[in-house]
Amino acid sequence: MQTPDEARTRVASFEIFLTRFLDDDGRPLCRLPAAARRPQRLLHAYRLMARIRAFENKAVALQRTGQLGTYASGLGQEAVNAAIGLGLARDDVYLGNYRECGVPLARGVPMAQILQYWGGDERGMAWPRTVPAFHDFPFAVPVASQVPQALGVAYAMQLRHEKRATLVTCGDGASSKGDFAEAVSAAGVWKLPVVFVIINNQWAISLPRSRQCAAVTLAQKGLAGGIVGEQVDGNDLIATCHVIETALARARSGAGPQLVEALTYRLADHTTADDARRYRDAAEVDTARKHDPLARLHAWLEAQCGFTAQDETRLQAEVAAEVGVAVKTFLATPAPPPEALFDALYAELPPALHAQAFAAAGGGEA
Amino acid sequence: MARRKAAEVTLVEAINLALHHEMARDENVVVLGEDVGANGGVFRATVGLQEKFGPGRVIDTPLAELLISAMAIGMATQGLKPVAEIQFSGFMYSCLDQLANHAARLRHRTHGRITCPMVIRAPNGGGIHAPEHHSESVEAFFAHVPGLRVVVPSTPARAYGLLLAAIRDPDPVVFLEPARCYRLFREAVADDGIAAPLDTCFVEREGTDLTLISWGGMMHEVRIAADQLAADGVDAEVIDVATLKPLDTQTLVASVAKTGRCVIVEESPRAGGWASEIAAELAEHAMMNLFAPIARVSGYDTIMPLARTEARFIPDVGRILSAVRKTLEIAPLG
Repeated sequence: MQTPDEARTRVASFEIFLTRFLDDDGRPLCRLPAAARRPQRLLHAYRLMARIRAFENKAVALQRTGQLGTYASGLGQEAVNAAIGLGLARDDVYLGNYRECGVPLARGVPMAQILQYWGGDERGMAWPRTVPAFHDFPFAVPVASQVPQALGVAYAMQLRHEKRATLVTCGDGASSKGDFAEAVSAAGVWKLPVVFVIINNQWAISLPRSRQCAAVTLAQKGLAGGIVGEQVDGNDLIATCHVIETALARARSGAGPQLVEALTYRLADHTTADDARRYRDAAEVDTARKHDPLARLHAWLEAQCGFTAQDETRLQAEVAAEVGVAVKTFLATPAPPPEALFDALYAELPPALHAQAFAAAGGGEA
Repeated sequence: MARRKAAEVTLVEAINLALHHEMARDENVVVLGEDVGANGGVFRATVGLQEKFGPGRVIDTPLAELLISAMAIGMATQGLKPVAEIQFSGFMYSCLDQLANHAARLRHRTHGRITCPMVIRAPNGGGIHAPEHHSESVEAFFAHVPGLRVVVPSTPARAYGLLLAAIRDPDPVVFLEPARCYRLFREAVADDGIAAPLDTCFVEREGTDLTLISWGGMMHEVRIAADQLAADGVDAEVIDVATLKPLDTQTLVASVAKTGRCVIVEESPRAGGWASEIAAELAEHAMMNLFAPIARVSGYDTIMPLARTEARFIPDVGRILSAVRKTLEIAPLG
């Protein structure tokens, strides 16, 4: 007779893979996929990352000088932002959290509008009809709340037999929330065309990844929901592009949802209202800087694509000029008029609110 | 649209009729929720829909209320018209974040770029001897949120017309159905596809002596009270608020300005209930026409009791009449 322990049978086991193509110095760890060998594409990606970084730095500088509200910098997360922005097709839909301004930038949203939003003006999210981001969601501020919404977007695509995909990002902290769990748990039931990307930057304000969840990876939460889960080095642009593009292609083809955990690091404070020195070691941040996503791709471009110091100087000048124009536009935009409180509250302002709208516009209390 | 013969239906059958009508009329309408498919919903509000429109448009979701509300939002942004069912309104609290932080404000925070034409419906209120948490009255929570509409029907015909209006409305609507009225009585409802107006109270009985204001399940007791008052020679005007948000203050003020006496009846706990909002509006706009203070008859500021004592919590005809008598003592007719 077997013992009770021996009588148990293994019904499931799992493994999680991490994809990494370049080492910290930009040297290839394997033969790279074909797409990664196209210099124009990589230069384009690097330019986008440079734009995002310049934007992040300027946004913080504007806040420090009293010209912008509280800002949540995505410094250090440029590669995963760029990879998502480049991987999404025009007709795909992106839902993102507040730290990922790089994605709307990649999807055509003018820098000035993103500044306008963080400057305290809702019109910063009235993105132009002409840009790919037009159908994307505005930044989600309540953590993880955007994740289950992505299922509804993806469901609509599937119901209409469209070859489109939905991609939603959240942070490592968000993966602790019920919103996230409900979404990942349900997505596989309908094999929805949705890609979940956890941008694991290791910190949720002051709480480190190790205190967020005891699971070895966050990617395995996908497996708990019956969908593919994998990790990628989110500071490796080439690897992240590869993983995100593959996941999006799978989703569009009807093969179902996927969870990607992109490993990166929040080089900045949580927001400009935070001081991370209170809770994390400077040494840890110094180490993280050695994995800088821009430096890594830059090294590759220098070694493989003939990218020169002059090219870098020219690029930085062009990016600085773009940011400069955006800041000027943003600062020159007047605040919304008081009656804008009532704009687009409902499709049509209900009669019940006419008196309040009149009062807000300076007409006096009704 | 061809006028169809009116059938005598219950309130829950009227809901079902409206869902059938709108799903046939507009292929963008989808229904989602727990057990809404083969089971037809725990109250049978969605019965027959999946057979007719398929599992793609009548969606049995996993047991996750937050997910249901969030999915409805995602669908609505893509041009679908989701009608989400939550099995009991006491389980809607986990939808509050999605509804208040997203559904209600997507249009505003994107200046109309992204909109959210969705309906979330649930049975509301007590009186059906259900287990704990199955008898809550939650309308005031949602009515407080700018950007939402809150609709509470009280008759089969209004349930039919208001649900059509809610589905066709370009903004999010919380649609709370009085569970104890689901099968309380029948009424002729023509399946004519004609929506009832939102933003408008229904003056369902005109009177000169006193205004009785209520909505949802309490309308039943209010109607009985009005009949008894009529037998005693008191001519009460009866108003079904029906759409709580945005509130049709004008109709309410006009009525109270005419009668000078007002009793507001609601089932939910008293503090911060929607009767308080109505009372404040009336105080601001009809004070000079009042002969007596505005009276509220409501549930108590207690936990909704379990089945054996729920009748002590829910206002009954006696409590309504007692409030009316007090009003009339202060300001006698005549």
